[in-house]
Amino acid sequence: MKHTISVLVENKFGVLSRVSGLFSGRGFNIESLSVGETIDPDISSMTIITHGDDLIIEQITKQLNKLIDVIKVTDLMEVEHVEREMVLVKIAPAKADRPDALRITEIFRGRIIDSGPKTFTIEITGDEKKISAFVEMMRPYNIKEFVRTGKVAIAREGVKK
Amino acid sequence: MKMSGAEILIECLKKEGVKHVFGYPGGVVLNIFDVLYDEKDLELILTRHEQAAVHAADGYARVSGKVGVAIVTSGPGATNTVTGLATASMDSIPIVVFTGQVPTMLIGNDAFQEADIVGITRPCTKHNYLVKDVKDLAQTVREAFHIASTGRPGPVLIDLPKDVTSGMCDFVWPKEVNIRSYNPKYEGNKWQMKQAAEEIAKAKRPVIMAGGGVILSGASKELKELAELTKTPVTVTMMGLGGFPGTNNLSMGMLGMHGTYCANMAVQNADLIVGIGVRFDDRVTGRTADFAPKARIVHIDIDPTSIRKTTRVDVPVVGDIKQVLKEIIKNLKETKEQWGAVRKSWLKQVDTWKKERPLDYEHDDKIIKPQFVVEKIYELTNGEAVICTEVGQNQMWAAQFYKYDKPRTWLSSGGLGTMGYGFPAAIGAQFAMPKATVFDIAGDGSIQMNIQELATAVINKLPIKVAILNNRYLGMVRQWQELFFNERYSHTNLDVVPDFVKVAEAYGAVGLRATKPEEVEPVLREALKIKDRPVFMDFVVDWHEKVYPMVPAGAAIDEMIFGEKKEKKQKFDSSQIKIA
Ligand SMILES: Cc1ncc(C[n+]2csc(CCOP(=O)(O)OP(=O)(O)O)c2C)c(N)n1
Repeated sequence: MKHTISVLVENKFGVLSRVSGLFSGRGFNIESLSVGETIDPDISSMTIITHGDDLIIEQITKQLNKLIDVIKVTDLMEVEHVEREMVLVKIAPAKADRPDALRITEIFRGRIIDSGPKTFTIEITGDEKKISAFVEMMRPYNIKEFVRTGKVAIAREGVKK
Repeated sequence: MKMSGAEILIECLKKEGVKHVFGYPGGVVLNIFDVLYDEKDLELILTRHEQAAVHAADGYARVSGKVGVAIVTSGPGATNTVTGLATASMDSIPIVVFTGQVPTMLIGNDAFQEADIVGITRPCTKHNYLVKDVKDLAQTVREAFHIASTGRPGPVLIDLPKDVTSGMCDFVWPKEVNIRSYNPKYEGNKWQMKQAAEEIAKAKRPVIMAGGGVILSGASKELKELAELTKTPVTVTMMGLGGFPGTNNLSMGMLGMHGTYCANMAVQNADLIVGIGVRFDDRVTGRTADFAPKARIVHIDIDPTSIRKTTRVDVPVVGDIKQVLKEIIKNLKETKEQWGAVRKSWLKQVDTWKKERPLDYEHDDKIIKPQFVVEKIYELTNGEAVICTEVGQNQMWAAQFYKYDKPRTWLSSGGLGTMGYGFPAAIGAQFAMPKATVFDIAGDGSIQMNIQELATAVINKLPIKVAILNNRYLGMVRQWQELFFNERYSHTNLDVVPDFVKVAEAYGAVGLRATKPEEVEPVLREALKIKDRPVFMDFVVDWHEKVYPMVPAGAAIDEMIFGEKKEKKQKFDSSQIKIA
């Protein structure tokens, strides 16, 4: 089963490789991992998406907790939470297709963040379903480049599952 | 007052109560070695290889319970420590290793003798540090000792760039350590401890399975009390040898791949396993799906990641073993159970297994059996020596045929299985206990992995007794080839074994040899008389000899094989024993 694990860590060099090394060293799989500073600049927050049965997830959370630089591990599966991911898509539609591409972008609440004579770059934020749907819709418009950030997630206020 | 980083480092070590440091110099640690030149209260012991320095620190820690320390240089010096760190990490041994590093401005430039040792050792240390500013040095050392010795102990590495050891700053010794993300849990959960006590109280065929955690936590006394109070037979893992007295009548000896028939049978037929400070290593459980099939499992360990890692667990208790056992014993004392009566038929069955198939071998008058050498060592030292081992058959015979009554008298690389561990570990052990009789029971293959440490032992007048069970083979591997690879002895015959007597003499040590059984005792007696230098004893043993019983890899632990001449015993049926 897919799990979203949120990890608060000391904001020090080497911590990311400790965490990723833990996954690779033990054969756990990381689907996506994103990191950034929190409101406290000494602390970073990581969102890790991983797969595994209950036993594997239990090991992952325990092993993460064991790392000296890890402050807190939360398996967001256990609480109501929201997830977001951002994707940048650069398309080069045929001239006649441009209006359609722009309309679809609007429907998905995407933003054009760069445009040139041949291409548009669209920023789109949302959960996995929305992003997949958008990417599918863009396929006919000649996708040149495509990058995604990996997910970030946060628990909703005080709601337990 | 301003001090250099090197001076601060030594000051910190003294504040941590360190008396001996094992090490090897090099360019980037010259500042530190220069300070050591005048140092009176702290002795640096020069080994002949950095791997040995780390094993010596490890041996020192295992015997004394204190943190062992090693200092080496950057690059090759640092990378030579990896095996030692991994060994200590697998066996949860508290050591702090300092490596030199190129100056901070050169880090990342592929400078001469640069290695990313923090990166290299991340998976084989409990934690590691690169100190970038001399102002952080004292704090880092303090944290390192704290992390190494608390919770589940383990190795910590500190990488010290040259400019950090030469940099100047005020020395401030941090009063306390406060790491917000590191808070080992010592107290067990009350409810779980109560459950554990209930399981023990009501079990009819319980077995205590004790591991190295018992020794690390200093809980041998509590373990003995628990076993005797509840009349529960005890088996130990290889790391647990000495955690429970081997001569106690509740002792079943070691379990697992080369465990006793009794211990393995008891585990497989138990209705309760109380795992105490054990990792449920695959060498111990055999085929996990069939491990202790009839038992409920209580598992007590300080490290939550050990719990439910390989086996199912019905009652987990996370906490310090000593504290947890105290509480469980207290709970048990409140019950009115008459364990003597309840366990009577179980203990009788255990006794039957013990008698049916004790550890044995066929003695011979013409050729020395390796087991006989270990038995003689036991006899002549009254079981009071500190026994270090290498890895292989020598290690297993040392585990099987010597009875360990006290903790911290058995030093062996359990988790990693490091050949070359025993001799340097013996050096560390002898420094920690100058008066003790320290043995290294070795194979002819393993001793050659760190044989250069003869120099260290000679220079320091260490009377270490190295008993080489010389079978001219990488015996344990040969055993597997014999049993599972149609006797195709691919590269396990050590055609050229050095003349160990001459090697010893070349280094200024004593070399002795026994080729016949009647020479074993005199050689040992001779060796025991030597007090001022190491002794190599070359016991030319029967190279055919194998370690039995043996559980083939992938089999359940009651699927043991025995020496050729013995017929297989009937399988035990637990429904046949009567419970009073
Ligand atoms: C550093 C290292 N290399 C290889 C091995 C694999 N290995 C395990 S036992 C063994 C044979 C050991 O031979 P020896 O020291 O002669 O001991 P014996 O088994 O003959 O007692 C080997 C090669 C190991 N454990 N450690």
